[in-house]
Amino acid sequence: MVKDQDYLKKTAFFCVDLAKKLGATDATAVVGHSISETVNFRNRKLDESDRSDSLGVGLETYIGKKKSSITSSNLNEDNIKTLIERCIETTKITPEDEFNSLPDKDLLATKINDLNLYDDDHIENNEKIEYLKEAEEAALEKKEIINTETSFTESKSNFILASSDGFLNGYKSSTFSASCVAIAKKFDDKMERDYEFTSTCHLHDMLRPNQIGSLAAKRTTQKLNPQKIESEKISIIFDRRISKGMLSILASAISASSIARGTSFLKDKINEKVFSSSINIYDKPNIVKGLGSRYFDSEGVKMEELKLVDQGVLKHYLIDTYYGKKLNLKSNGRSGGTSNLYFEKGSISYKNLLKLNQRTLYITETIGHGSNLVTGDYSVGATGFMVENGVFKYPVSEITIAGNFNDMFKNITLADDLEFKYSTNAPTMLIEGMVVAGK
Amino acid sequence: MTDFFNKTDLSRNDAEKIISETLNNCDDGELYLENSKSESIVLDDDKIKSSNYSSDLGYGLRAVTGEVVAYSHSNEISKNSLKQSADNLSSTLKSKKGVYNHEISKTNEKFYKDINPIEEKSLQSKLELLKEVNNYTRAKGGIVQQVTASFSGEHKSIEIIRSGGEVLTDIRPLIRFNVSVMLEKNGKKETGVYGIGGRQSYDEYLKEGNWKKVCDEAFRIASVNLESKPAPAGEMKVVLGPGWPAILIHEAIGHGLEGDFNRKKTSAFHNLMGQRVASEGVTIVDDGTLHNRRGSLTIDDEGTPSEKTILIENGILKNFMQDRLNARLMNTRSTGSGRRESYKHVVLPRMRNTMMLNGKYSQEEMIKSVDKGIFAVSFGGGQVDITSGKFVFNCTEAYEIINGKIGAPIKGATLIGDGPSILKEVSLVGNNMMLDPGIGTCGKAGQGVPVGVAQPSILIDKMTVGGTQL
Repeated sequence: MVKDQDYLKKTAFFCVDLAKKLGATDATAVVGHSISETVNFRNRKLDESDRSDSLGVGLETYIGKKKSSITSSNLNEDNIKTLIERCIETTKITPEDEFNSLPDKDLLATKINDLNLYDDDHIENNEKIEYLKEAEEAALEKKEIINTETSFTESKSNFILASSDGFLNGYKSSTFSASCVAIAKKFDDKMERDYEFTSTCHLHDMLRPNQIGSLAAKRTTQKLNPQKIESEKISIIFDRRISKGMLSILASAISASSIARGTSFLKDKINEKVFSSSINIYDKPNIVKGLGSRYFDSEGVKMEELKLVDQGVLKHYLIDTYYGKKLNLKSNGRSGGTSNLYFEKGSISYKNLLKLNQRTLYITETIGHGSNLVTGDYSVGATGFMVENGVFKYPVSEITIAGNFNDMFKNITLADDLEFKYSTNAPTMLIEGMVVAGK
Repeated sequence: MTDFFNKTDLSRNDAEKIISETLNNCDDGELYLENSKSESIVLDDDKIKSSNYSSDLGYGLRAVTGEVVAYSHSNEISKNSLKQSADNLSSTLKSKKGVYNHEISKTNEKFYKDINPIEEKSLQSKLELLKEVNNYTRAKGGIVQQVTASFSGEHKSIEIIRSGGEVLTDIRPLIRFNVSVMLEKNGKKETGVYGIGGRQSYDEYLKEGNWKKVCDEAFRIASVNLESKPAPAGEMKVVLGPGWPAILIHEAIGHGLEGDFNRKKTSAFHNLMGQRVASEGVTIVDDGTLHNRRGSLTIDDEGTPSEKTILIENGILKNFMQDRLNARLMNTRSTGSGRRESYKHVVLPRMRNTMMLNGKYSQEEMIKSVDKGIFAVSFGGGQVDITSGKFVFNCTEAYEIINGKIGAPIKGATLIGDGPSILKEVSLVGNNMMLDPGIGTCGKAGQGVPVGVAQPSILIDKMTVGGTQL
């Protein structure tokens, strides 16, 4: 069982009280506990079971405008005492920083509406195995599939955030997730791999095992016999797995830290048009059972829905207390990042998006870390399909796609197929004018 | 040495008893105990942005039978907790029977000293040095817009207790010093990053103003990129510089030669043992025995002594990297490559210091031989798809080569290739082998472990460069 709020509170109070006793003017403690159980299955056989039990504490201490922090998973009382003493000593000699402070009191979260983020259901390992068997059977129905790997994880966690200014709150959450990876081979060709997964707060919301198994197999076999194409300028469609990545780039580029430090290609672009007029982007923390839903941010600041981009115009940065003070802006509860971040769906159907151009490259996977947030340059390895007149013609691999986010953002057309599968979600996306490097 | 049985109701005898009872009918397994301390001090934007100290303690109990691994970990070292873990393992493996393999080789050789780098340099002197780094770098001119400098240090003490009471221990120091610079000129911004580190005290790396060289290098890379033009797109010849660009080998070849992917036949290399996978003259080793290097280990996380493993000899595939589980199932021996990020993670076969050895050509000869291509000097990072063999890495410093001469710097571009075939495209191997500066972290299955790479300059006849200029 995951530890209850009373236990976590006791530990948090102990840390905050001791820090204050030792000379801290302010202190914030986070105590968290999580238990997760995973079963991995491979080629119809049990491969691995893994049980994880993690209790940890994080403490930040302030002496005026001086600040430092400790974290520990060794909750032995003597050890915690030594650590807190060390933290206070470190704080004393760390130089002052005028922007160091706890959040403004009037911004702290007070009322909390239940978002149903915790499911008490428990699924035993043998039931997980039944699920995984069924997923593998479904994948193996395709004869080209030569290898399957599946995994099921149940994870429960609880935490408390306590601060010397009186903030005290925390909550339980749960995640149930399963995945199926399939490997296909036909004759003497090279192998290909693809996957499907499901991840939800509540057990009964998971996809059925045969759904993830069949989809993984279908995706994998479609990739067999890929071709390398010529280098060219071509319009590109990003599958929903990849299109959501544009939002992650946006989130990093408009974080108050990137803006204040001047290391973002979107610096000084507030209230300017950075996307085409049809684009609206929301960050909504209060979706019931939402994978990114949160009651407050990592500093205890209340989170409200933000329309980050309105008809292509950038309306908000993502602001925490420290960089907010530096930028002379109020925290909007985004310490720790976004919650449920998504593009409003577009007006064109998926089918029609495929037909918009005579030839389109449809990307299902990218590899590499080719996003430069300072310059906006983008270059990654990619895998996908050539689409001609709306029809998938053949798989494509060993190519790269490149562009610059400043141009790419302004050339986005979105389909109407938004779904909430991740915490960050986007519909299928067309971007004109990117360069493919191949042969 | 940490006494893991101090301050707990669990005695060493209790632990040994639980371990032996649990692992009696298994093929392998152990109790892994870990006590780690780490610090991170970051200067950014002219200020000490954060100073964090971390103390972690925990155990992982593992039982292996046949192909099945049962693992349970917790940060509560107590009788109750270990018993619960043991029950969990037994219930997973209840229908399986194995024969415990007591054999484990031993070594007396240590590849780094038992030091605690965090305590060897005072916090005050670290804070002062970061300030000095900031002032020195900013003094390079008004184009310096941002400087970030950081120290990170770690002291990890591990103990492995096997069934029958055999005990193996290791103490692993690790430090890293990193500088990142952002420059702005005529509205154009670029960054440069450089770092050094390894398994010694901070001062071994920072003495004699060595830190200034790190600042100079970060500034130089950013300055070069300020003058960069868009990179070309398409297939061309690529010359890789010595040292850190060996992450090409790490991604293209290294991961595909890890035992687990080959036992499971999911690696593009699984049926190529004994065959030619690289041009003649290409020899690649994975060496955990280099003194004080970031990827070195005295013993791995299963207790096996580290070694120098020949992966590819003169172009022929000779060995995979093995942990005990995969070695047993593939009828071979562990190469001391069983590693885990921490007690929270299962053991996997991993790389240590992966190196391509010297050939006989000079870098000048290589560049002279290229009509049109690129010269890649430094990379940001890479990634590979084990099954298809496709890999990428991102240039952070590269130049065009025109008619045998190095030309203008080009913008960061991704290079993409095919692992099993790329080393057959290596036509010249240089004579200038260099180790990387000690900054690599390799990710696999969500676990990060410190690694090293090394290579001489090499000429690759055909690779796809992912620029924007057609």
